[in-house]
Amino acid sequence: MNILSLLGTMPGAIAQGLIWGIMAIGVFLTYKILDIADLTVDGSICTGGAVCVMLLLNGCPLWLSLLTALLAGMLAGLVTGLFHTLMGIPALLAGILTQLSLYSINLKIMGKANQSINVRMHDLLVSMQFLKGVPFYKNSIFVVFLFIAVIIGLLYWFFGTEWGSAIRATGNNPAMSRAQGINTNFNKVIGLMLSNGLVALSGALLAQYQGFADVSMGRGAIVIGLAAVIIGEAVFGRFFTQMYMKLISVAVGSVIYYIVYQTVIWCGIDTDLLKMLSAIVVAVFLGVPFWKKKLSEKYSAKGGKKNAGA
Amino acid sequence: MPALDLLQITKTFNRGTVNEKRALENLSLSLNPGDFVTVIGGNGAGKSTMLNAIAGIWPLDSGSVLLSGKDVTALPEYKRAAYLGRVFQDPMLGTAAGMSILENLALAARRGKRRGLAWEIKKSEQARYQELLASLNLGLENRMTSKVGLLSGGQRQAVTLLMAIIQKPELLLLDEHTAALDPKTAATVLELTDKFVKEKNLTTLMVTHNMQNAIDYGNRLIMMNNGKIILDIYGEEKKKLTVETLLHKFEEISGSEFANDRALLS
Ligand SMILES: Nc1ncnc2c1ncn2[C@@H]1O[C@H](COP(=O)(O)OP(=O)(O)OP(=O)(O)O)[C@@H](O)[C@H]1O
Ligand SMILES: [Mg+2]
Repeated sequence: MNILSLLGTMPGAIAQGLIWGIMAIGVFLTYKILDIADLTVDGSICTGGAVCVMLLLNGCPLWLSLLTALLAGMLAGLVTGLFHTLMGIPALLAGILTQLSLYSINLKIMGKANQSINVRMHDLLVSMQFLKGVPFYKNSIFVVFLFIAVIIGLLYWFFGTEWGSAIRATGNNPAMSRAQGINTNFNKVIGLMLSNGLVALSGALLAQYQGFADVSMGRGAIVIGLAAVIIGEAVFGRFFTQMYMKLISVAVGSVIYYIVYQTVIWCGIDTDLLKMLSAIVVAVFLGVPFWKKKLSEKYSAKGGKKNAGA
Repeated sequence: MPALDLLQITKTFNRGTVNEKRALENLSLSLNPGDFVTVIGGNGAGKSTMLNAIAGIWPLDSGSVLLSGKDVTALPEYKRAAYLGRVFQDPMLGTAAGMSILENLALAARRGKRRGLAWEIKKSEQARYQELLASLNLGLENRMTSKVGLLSGGQRQAVTLLMAIIQKPELLLLDEHTAALDPKTAATVLELTDKFVKEKNLTTLMVTHNMQNAIDYGNRLIMMNNGKIILDIYGEEKKKLTVETLLHKFEEISGSEFANDRALLS
């Protein structure tokens, strides 16, 4: 085990972490703002990658391929949103249904389970090859960093507007929101569309970065996204209270996740176990606040006077 | 024109099951602009259901709801909100806990208006919100950026009340909005309610389990039982009411004892 080899993997980890950071920001929008665990993302990240790769292979300009990937993701979010609001299906199940259909759709988009794209033959925005030996503005870390900065800027602006505030209120307290004249169903759909659009954009960048889109590239994506959200909160939650700070902490959380991930691989852990480890880490972090609350309640019930009610 | 017209509204829950419950039965009610009506009745009498029917939480079986002559029966809850101010029994329900006092007020100030891409919190509004908060006399004007979740139940209820009236509603709906508060805080919130109703001349329906409050506040009192209004008392006659005569009237009309586990009879 050689520390230099670990350091050598770090630029890759950071680039991947940033790309997944866009995805994690999407998860943040649903999980933290709308209070919905949206499993559509496992499918829509691949949809983004598949759409982008197929368009590029067919000679479509880069910007249009990325834009179309984003729109495809928004469409997936729309479907989940309509399943949930129009058909009354619980959000979790609505997401699973869309995710399952996306598996077929992704196969149809690509025509097979895997489509690769060669960075030497196509003009790609990001790639593993663009980590060293390229001018800084072509460096994938720099490019994705710019993307994230713009996305965070836009989201910060949007969630400060009247409409954005209404979406935040929708996730915070739907009954109150309706009493204040907010169309909660509509806002949930919009939130899901925004989220899945970002996730698909992340998928489009990821497919370019790794040089292929694969029908299983989104498996467990929700867990990675949640891990990034949770890590960001654990590390920065105390000081970062503003919306844009929270978004930054999600992106940083994703980078931390990939740095730890690479380090764990470097330590020689069986890579087959990695998904399970991620799941356990997320489960533990999700469980901690619950137990904290439970223990503090138990403690105060014993120690303090019990509130007998009015 | 009446501020509110309920025309023979009927609502059945769980229709066609063993739990079928007719919560409102051919209920009609008309409020004049400026009426401050207190609503009392036993457990399950249909008081909350009547308020929810006005707010449009679910569709009615039959009947219509008119606000200042407009038929709103077909409007979904979020659209009717434009005409209504609401405060609920549960202090947690009326505000967004994760948002600041300022943000909550700004949300309420846009009730019934288009929410576009303009910045939510404008400098010019802040001064007005600060003034309104100061009128509560709870010191909240200095905590405008605090999250509402950090406030006490009474403070939250006062903020909710402010949100309900920040834009003059055509009808203010209060569903036992002081029931979850300790007696002192409840009295404060009730006084604030009365002050706002009088200042702004708001048409108000206030459900309460406190018979004395029902007598002391407002210009009209209605009593409900089994999804119907069984007593409706105005003006001078209302002023002469006592808790005892009310209980007596209830027993006379309904043929049963007044049963409300939260009722305060004195
Ligand atoms: N959403 C609902 N689903 C099913 N039944 C309901 C629902 N809401 C109210 N009910 C029933 O309708 C009847 C009237 O209830 P409502 O809440 O209006 O009573 P209330 O007069 O407000 O009583 P309380 O003083 O207990 O608040 C009750 O029998 C209640 O169980
Ligand atoms: Mg009630």
